[in-house]
Amino acid sequence: MHVSGSALPPFQRFLDAEREVVWRYLVSMVGSNDAEDCFQETFVSALRAYPRLRPGSNVRAWVLTIAHRKALDAHRARARRAAPVADPTTAGELSASSPSAHDAAFPQDAQLWDAVGGLPARQRSAVVLRYVADLPHRDIAAAIGCSEEAARRSLHEGLTKLREVVRA
Amino acid sequence: MSKPTTGAAEKVEQALRRGRASARDGDDAANGAGRRERDARAAAAAARRLSERVAQNGLADISYAPADSPFGTLLLAATRRGLTRVAFPEEDMDVVLEKLADRISPRIVEASAPLEAMRRELDEYFSGRRRSFQLALDWTLVGPFARRVLGATAKIPYGGVLTYAEVAARAGSPRGSRAAGNALGANPMPIVVPCHRVLRTGGALGGYAGGLERKRFLLELEDASA
Repeated sequence: MHVSGSALPPFQRFLDAEREVVWRYLVSMVGSNDAEDCFQETFVSALRAYPRLRPGSNVRAWVLTIAHRKALDAHRARARRAAPVADPTTAGELSASSPSAHDAAFPQDAQLWDAVGGLPARQRSAVVLRYVADLPHRDIAAAIGCSEEAARRSLHEGLTKLREVVRA
Repeated sequence: MSKPTTGAAEKVEQALRRGRASARDGDDAANGAGRRERDARAAAAAARRLSERVAQNGLADISYAPADSPFGTLLLAATRRGLTRVAFPEEDMDVVLEKLADRISPRIVEASAPLEAMRRELDEYFSGRRRSFQLALDWTLVGPFARRVLGATAKIPYGGVLTYAEVAARAGSPRGSRAAGNALGANPMPIVVPCHRVLRTGGALGGYAGGLERKRFLLELEDASA
């Protein structure tokens, strides 16, 4: 949904237009258990800031920027809860939430999503924004707060690692 | 020898597009299309919880909800201060909400709880058990002159009627019955602010934004229940 004209549409219409892409993004980023809390926090923040949005803004990229930050917060919070003495090899990277659910139809998917969860935050976000949220590179860059070139690179690096998992 | 890279790339892309399986997934959600549906339902439910929550804790500036009536489904909208809009079924809901966004605030959500009491009062009114509305009104959408006209209208008792000229006089403009008629026609809270109780001198119905049939219906309802 692009905002055009002089007035912002009612928040409810924005919520209805963007809820699904935000939900899918968050389930992919933090897992279905934490997705609800992140979703609520994302749209509460969006509601607070909403009247200050400028007409013509790309609201999808905007709300995914917020969702991205909430997903990172959730990972940090979990990392703090989980491991006072973290394994030095994994402490640097905020790893996946819970292991992915068993997937009867696509058993190999669980392995892939575990690998997604193991990607560095920016790569993980870039991959999910590209394929789950179906965002173009320009909007991925806006959502994770980097240059378009850096977004392309993160996406490429993330995909390269995931292909290795699938091929293995 | 490893498989060609393109094959792996496609597999990764397809799996990513299917989305992540949920721990709560049933068998029906096992395929990609089922997951889309599940995600759509889960997102809609999460959005409903969000709307009700921000309406309850005051983060939203306007809540709206549908309300059944003999005229069909009305749209009710309220700010923190009170009811601000009642829209008839044939009004374009998008346009009604866009105007509220423009005139008051775009922080608008659909939430039933803040409108529950209003909905109950309307039910009671339409079943002849309620003669006056108790809930607070927010007059933000009404200009100063219209506010005087509608304020005088709000004081007409249940089952009673006034002429346009009488309402204009009570609003402080004895010769402004045409202007009073315009203000009544633009009443943002019909039924609740009873503009249907204003008639032409001589008893003709005059006008009604919701249609004369409804005006007659309301007057007969009040006549029968008075």
